[in-house]
Amino acid sequence: MRHTITVRVNGVEERHEVDANQTLLSFLRDTLNLTGAKQGCNEGECGSCMVLLDGKAVNGCLTLAAELDGHEVATIEGLGQAGALHPLQSAFLKHHAVQCGFCTPGVVMTSLALLQENPKPTELQLKTALAGNLCRCTGYRQILDAIQDAAKTMRAQSKRRTA
Amino acid sequence: MSQTKIVGTSVPRVDGLEKVTGAALYTGDLKFPRMLYAEVVRSPHAHAKVLAVRVDKALKVPGVRAVATGRDFPFHTGIYMRDQTIFAIDRVRFVGDPVAALAAETPEAAHEAAQLVEVDYEPLPAILDVVEGIKPGAPLVHPDLGKYYVESFITPKPGTNICNHLKVRKGDYEGALAKCAHVFENTFTVPQVQHVPMEPHISVARVDLSGKVEVHTSAQSPFTVRHLLCHCFNLPHGDVEVVVPTVGGGFGGKAGINLEPIAVALAMKAPGRPVRVAATRAEEFYATVVRQGLTATLVTGVDKKNKVQAQKMYYLWDCGGYGGYGVNVVRAAGYTCGGAYHFPNVWGDSIGVYTNKPVGSAYRGFGMQEIHWALEQQMDRVAHELRIDPVEFRLLNCLGPKKTTVTGQLLEKSSGRVDKCIEKVDEVLKLRARGKKKPFHGKGIACAVKAPAMPNNAASSVIMKFAEDEMLEILISGIDIGQGLATVAAQYAAEALDLPMERIRVRMRPRTDFSPYDWQTVASRQTWATGNAVLRGCEDLKRQLFEVGAQALGAPVSRLELKDRKVIDKKTKKSVPLAAIVVGYQFPDGHTIGGPVATSAHHVPDGLLFLHPETSQCSKPVAKWTFGAQGVELTVDPETGNLRIERLVACYDVGKVVNPGLIKGQTFGGIVQGVGTGVMEELVIDGKDGRPRNASLMDYKIPTALDIPDKMEAFYVETPQLDGPLGARGIGEHTMIPTPAAIANALYDACGIRIDSMPITAEKVLKALKEKQRREKEGEDVQPAAASVAKVRPPARATRREAGRERPGGVRARRGRAK
Repeated sequence: MRHTITVRVNGVEERHEVDANQTLLSFLRDTLNLTGAKQGCNEGECGSCMVLLDGKAVNGCLTLAAELDGHEVATIEGLGQAGALHPLQSAFLKHHAVQCGFCTPGVVMTSLALLQENPKPTELQLKTALAGNLCRCTGYRQILDAIQDAAKTMRAQSKRRTA
Repeated sequence: MSQTKIVGTSVPRVDGLEKVTGAALYTGDLKFPRMLYAEVVRSPHAHAKVLAVRVDKALKVPGVRAVATGRDFPFHTGIYMRDQTIFAIDRVRFVGDPVAALAAETPEAAHEAAQLVEVDYEPLPAILDVVEGIKPGAPLVHPDLGKYYVESFITPKPGTNICNHLKVRKGDYEGALAKCAHVFENTFTVPQVQHVPMEPHISVARVDLSGKVEVHTSAQSPFTVRHLLCHCFNLPHGDVEVVVPTVGGGFGGKAGINLEPIAVALAMKAPGRPVRVAATRAEEFYATVVRQGLTATLVTGVDKKNKVQAQKMYYLWDCGGYGGYGVNVVRAAGYTCGGAYHFPNVWGDSIGVYTNKPVGSAYRGFGMQEIHWALEQQMDRVAHELRIDPVEFRLLNCLGPKKTTVTGQLLEKSSGRVDKCIEKVDEVLKLRARGKKKPFHGKGIACAVKAPAMPNNAASSVIMKFAEDEMLEILISGIDIGQGLATVAAQYAAEALDLPMERIRVRMRPRTDFSPYDWQTVASRQTWATGNAVLRGCEDLKRQLFEVGAQALGAPVSRLELKDRKVIDKKTKKSVPLAAIVVGYQFPDGHTIGGPVATSAHHVPDGLLFLHPETSQCSKPVAKWTFGAQGVELTVDPETGNLRIERLVACYDVGKVVNPGLIKGQTFGGIVQGVGTGVMEELVIDGKDGRPRNASLMDYKIPTALDIPDKMEAFYVETPQLDGPLGARGIGEHTMIPTPAAIANALYDACGIRIDSMPITAEKVLKALKEKQRREKEGEDVQPAAASVAKVRPPARATRREAGRERPGGVRARRGRAK
């Protein structure tokens, strides 16, 4: 059975026919060729496919594309690019929070969802929010430091905007 | 050593931008027109004869384009020993052994067809335990062991399940043991664990109608993959191209050759169509490769001055169904069997045993974490038994300049200093100068050492060339699997040629048709090997630039220097910009000299020798050693058995810190991977049917952000390695070697219990605590040292058989505890 969905992905309206069993992850990777979100386990355990659905972090592999109609999806590809990086991306570079990079898009998107909801997380809140994103390379320390640094930058930015 | 400008600074990763933007393309991100999807049919039996494989029904599934079985491709693969065929032909040797594979237009069609492949098996008795496997008369996993091609330094024993046996005989072990005042014997075990790279194995192969093979694969070693594919399929190297896109973690699991032969076999059956073989996460756990299990029995003889005089190591490795790569882990563990200590008299046996379990292979540390789990707990136990501080005992017995390793290699000043690492950890954690001890709170230390395990001729090379705008391009075939190799290569070139980092591009995704040769990205060898090659290449580039610059400036080469992207005459201060030289210098009258400036350079280890076949004695068996130590401070929750690691302090003698940000990442990453294997990871293989019981990330837990030590601190000693690039030696693997043993030793310090079997789960801790309480209640001798189970002779039966001449005469019972 196929469904027609209209979904905004990184601000762009996409209209597609999807199979009833197609996942959001497959929709992004196979249909839209947005390969930033990765498939690490396909069963919701590793977090490599984390993207934002209406601002909340979700596992792309556990969400069906058919459910996306009328919703908004944000992926790493919509976050920033060379010369105009998001503070999270800059902080990941500065703190050497990237190694193989396979988990990075998912970790960044999870962090973004957290910081949008809680701009000043404690270490424990941060670790708890990231507990669904596995990273085998970094030992997480530099990732945590990077996110806290980015949070500071983002708070300063939002202060400037409101001032 | 002269001051460095760029080497030694935390420049950001050169591949960082593409990774934080999601632009980096991994093998699974590549799109190939008309690609087919594969499914592998795997054995449900641990050990069985394959009587028949019928594929006719599977072929009728719409969309199926190719099927391959063992009889289609009766070819052997394996890096050190060709003991494996692409698909099982007449026998399966572990649950997950490939029997056939299908390629179809969709993954669903391939999956459906795979269910219709009919295989007739005749189950055989399975070896699911190494101790069973080595017994005389045990069923043979490889009855044809004597017929395989084996590298000269691997010594399998046909007619047994032993796939490699390395013997270390140094000094007079039995004579020395007889004179020892104290003798201790303990056995330790390590289960099979899995690498769990975030990107599972994946390979895409295409065979075109001219017969040319192209493979895109997530691998650590493109040239080794090409070489082994050519051997396997009997193809010339020129007809096989291996391309490695960005790799999502390796940790040894993507060394050697893995899914590539299956992809190529299917691609040969569907010419023109790319065939993608991707491991599911479940397959990643049991059907790719794992770290070998270890059962280690150690005997330590100590004299009255607390010096270890005699040391026996008996290592039994659970290699699984095939030994292709794992046999070299057995070898490395043999010639490193004494760890970071100076043992004057040594009896070492490192024995690889085939079992009907998942296939053992390289894993970050290459056997070293496993043997250090045994060695470092043993040293701790002996120290406690002898009532010496464990730090003192280590300093008294550790390796260092003028000491000899187990192979008799005399260490030099430049070999690195484990004593300095121990002292640093001690200073930071206050192990010796501790205050009052809190209940259930403890501190422990463990040392580490490792050398690269590689053939004596393992080479790395680079191609370096200038683009027209004097951008320096460096082609490498070492793989940046996250460790930061590309950044480090750029740093060395920037340093040597006085170029800013942004003027260098490292071309880091090799294609074997165009890229320079590199043996493998393993063994913590790339900073050292590729780093050396880059420095050598820079010398040649400089020579070429000066040759032309001298003519352009009318000055002798001896007066020239390379600085700020210019060749400068030091006397006249006249200069010529690099951009005017790098593709040929044109004089004002129009005539041109020189040409495109480019070079290639290589590094091959210098002067490595083979081990003595009977004793393994050798003055230079390895290229370099990296020493280190880690200390742990933790509290134990007596209600749950959970450990909370409050502090973890690491110190390594790395020769030269090339990039502080990257090395911190290597260190913290290794520590946390070490915490994983130390306290939570075990691939559970059912002891009856050999099936994996936790082949998912739901059931096999690796550390999350919540599981890391509260505080991690990293320190480095810099004793320059003479043949290292600006003094550097390897560090990637070493960071996870001592962690589990350091945790175990801190646990003993905290509450007087010893856990001999990795991992130290809360369940085991709680059980041991209860056992201790019960014994305390019953009024048994439960002073802290008594919880240690150091034994007096006799040694384990297997040990005694191996070392038959060593009678216990003269060995005294260990010193009584009462003071």
